[in-house]
Amino acid sequence: MGIFSIRLPDVGEGVAEAELVEWNVKVGDTVLEDDMVGAVMTDKAAVEIPTSVTGKVIWLGGEVGDVIAVGAELLRVEVEGEGNADASAVPEAKPEPVSSVSKESQIVESSDTTAPEATPESAPISVKDPTTDLPPGNTTKSVGGSKPLAAPSVRKAARDRGIDLRSVTGSGPAGRITHDDLQGHSQNSQNNSYGKQPNTSVEEVKMVGLRRLIANKMSQSKKHIPHITIVEEIDVTSLEQTREELNTSYEADRGKLTVLPFMMKAVVEAVRLQPVINALFDDEADMVRQYGGVHIGIATQTDNGLMVPVVRHCEVRNLWDSASEVGRLAAACRDGSASREELSGSTITITSLGPLGAIATTPIINHPEVAIVGINKMVIRPFWDGQQFVPRKMMNISCSFDHRVVDGWDAAVMVQKLKTLLEQPAMLLVEG
Amino acid sequence: MNDKHVKLLVIGAGPGGYVCAIKAAKLGVETLLVEESKPGGTCLNVGCIPSKAIIHAADEFYKTGSYAVENELGISVAQPTIDLEKTRAWKDEIVKRLNSGVEGLLKKAGAQTLYGKARFLDGKTVEVESLDGIVKIHADNIVIATGSTPIEVPSLPFSDYVMSSTDALALGKVPESLAVVGGGYIGLEIGTAFAKLGARVVVIEAADQILPQYDSALIAPVLKRLRKLNIEVMTNASAEGVSDGNLQVRLKDGSSRSLTADKVLVTVGRKPRTDCGIDELSLTMNGTYINIDEKCQTSMRGVYAIGDITGEPMLAHRAMAQGEVVAEIIAGENSVYDKNCIPAVCFTDPEIVTAGLSSQEALAQDIEVSIGHFPLQANGRAMTMERDDGFIRVVARKDNGVVLGIQAVGYQVSELSAAFSLAIEMGARAEDIAATVHAHPTVSEGFQEACMSVLGGGLHI
Repeated sequence: MGIFSIRLPDVGEGVAEAELVEWNVKVGDTVLEDDMVGAVMTDKAAVEIPTSVTGKVIWLGGEVGDVIAVGAELLRVEVEGEGNADASAVPEAKPEPVSSVSKESQIVESSDTTAPEATPESAPISVKDPTTDLPPGNTTKSVGGSKPLAAPSVRKAARDRGIDLRSVTGSGPAGRITHDDLQGHSQNSQNNSYGKQPNTSVEEVKMVGLRRLIANKMSQSKKHIPHITIVEEIDVTSLEQTREELNTSYEADRGKLTVLPFMMKAVVEAVRLQPVINALFDDEADMVRQYGGVHIGIATQTDNGLMVPVVRHCEVRNLWDSASEVGRLAAACRDGSASREELSGSTITITSLGPLGAIATTPIINHPEVAIVGINKMVIRPFWDGQQFVPRKMMNISCSFDHRVVDGWDAAVMVQKLKTLLEQPAMLLVEG
Repeated sequence: MNDKHVKLLVIGAGPGGYVCAIKAAKLGVETLLVEESKPGGTCLNVGCIPSKAIIHAADEFYKTGSYAVENELGISVAQPTIDLEKTRAWKDEIVKRLNSGVEGLLKKAGAQTLYGKARFLDGKTVEVESLDGIVKIHADNIVIATGSTPIEVPSLPFSDYVMSSTDALALGKVPESLAVVGGGYIGLEIGTAFAKLGARVVVIEAADQILPQYDSALIAPVLKRLRKLNIEVMTNASAEGVSDGNLQVRLKDGSSRSLTADKVLVTVGRKPRTDCGIDELSLTMNGTYINIDEKCQTSMRGVYAIGDITGEPMLAHRAMAQGEVVAEIIAGENSVYDKNCIPAVCFTDPEIVTAGLSSQEALAQDIEVSIGHFPLQANGRAMTMERDDGFIRVVARKDNGVVLGIQAVGYQVSELSAAFSLAIEMGARAEDIAATVHAHPTVSEGFQEACMSVLGGGLHI
């Protein structure tokens, strides 16, 4: 019996590592030659990995989700006859150099554990190799042939400015391209650039941490939830008046009120009549959980990206209470001290870009919630009151709903309810 | 086990590797250079530099000897002798000085150096067996610059008797007779040197001429000189093995010949060094070499290869140029390897320089050419050095006179290589060079004359 080691083959696309996305086997399973043992994910596609031998799986090189480097050991199979790996070597603990072992014998040992036959055995699944488009070997012999004639410094300047020398007419002897020709070229071909150089740089920024989390979360929402978005305009003239009066009277004692706590209050009131909107939809279990408490997520921009802290039990909070909790959570998010609990458990979300809020937005629902309320910019607009145009403070709201759970009618009713409450702010101040 | 993470790991401190490391470190890239033996690689330790030192010593010795007999210059000296041990020590001192020079440059640039044998664990991780134990290095970018080693002929395994070029350059005594297997530039350079030092030299070449990559006109002056030095050249001949201190050679007609030789030098070429686990990376290969694109990238992202491991021409200055480009790319610059010409110098006697295309190569690309030629017999400076053998030849496009290639053979023409490659890299036309004033009296006037000859005729011929 021998041990045969299968390595992650070059899966093409020039990748050096790939994410393990599937195991079809587990330790102890018997595999047949050419069986697909698992799959790895590259940027573009999942690639299945075959075994080149028949035998019993005795070791797996990682768990699903692990990122494995090309050439790294993927699994070990116990085979009839001779394997390609040293049976005594346990993969996790490669033999540490022992001082009593001579240097020479170490070399021998390490070359034993990684027998060179391993490479051809792991079936190459090369898809695209950046070097194959080029003629093999050096390409330096093509001088004076098809290559444009230009001194090295001219070639570099052209590269830096994104100019293809083949498209430049050289004014020098034998059509040699000069620095002046490059200057003329960029002026001719980009008339509107007035000598400005096009920026051809590309910076690669790896998606890590919060950014990756946001990306995953967003695609999950957008992929799974059929969104319906309703945009409505709201006359907030009296809301603003009320707010101003409250701030004049109470700001010193209770803190300043923005529009947000009024919106939170309006949401609490609106979902009281439509509990289906204050819910989480577990689509795998086909279960909608309607919550009694209203836990409002507040989309918050931080230096690292979007975070959504949660104001719990808004149904028992008054305006100032909500406002101070929002302030506390936003600060915690920005300084990075927000706890996991403070960042999870919302049942509905409000998103506001403040003065940047535009006319309308298409908010993406915070999965697995079923609704999100987006606040747009407040502006003074002329409003026809039946006899004349009067200046009114107007603000749009853009609300998205999970159309699997919320019908268009219910969504419209919810939005109208918000509109009514915000246009008649006295309703919001009635406790109970 | 020590773990380390760096932005750039360079494997091999030869001309390609150390230049890459210095350049990268200067550009602010955190760089670690791993070397198994001494900095400088083949070139500095057992190649270009030591061979040129031995060639120089041999030339001086030979020249001095030529004055011990009746000569036109009227110089008389006693028959010289040479203490090769001392020569070797002098050569070793130069190598040592350059070793520490490279070390100093690396240090000054801020590159770290680790001595030990590297081995790839995967495309991002390399294990180094250093004196302080095993170090595992994770690197964002890896440059493979492991170079090449002399090819061993199976029937002539290296031993005390059968030497590689490395062994020959370390000899402490001139052998009475030396058989050189392989008539390429390395074999001829070292063979010629030992002939000048007094050895009886035979060169055995399997092809039908020595220096097979050059045309017969270029090698004619070298052949003439070899004859003068009493070096026997056997072409269409192959060495079959060694028995009783004799080298068995099979000739074209099937007969064999037994050559008595004190030492045998095998110089049949060099092969890429892939013994550090490169095989297991499943990189796309080009024959036995690693295939690279114009950015010296291999088929695996973040893994680059430069120098001999990427194939012909296996020349130090090509590796250096590649190393520089790769360092720039890793530092984020927009760089590609776009050289038009890599000059090649063969330090035979006389020296051969080639840059750019030969007329045959131009023809193969369907380019019509005009050829200019100037024999050094018509050059005053060459005459005053008693070396008017050789010529300079310019290959230019027929339609516009752009210089495509230059070949030269002559005493110390290696120094003209700078003018040749500059002309090609800048895209000079023959008339540009013809109209450039060249200092008199120098051999370089021959270059100007050869360009005039492209245009219809030289002044001094």
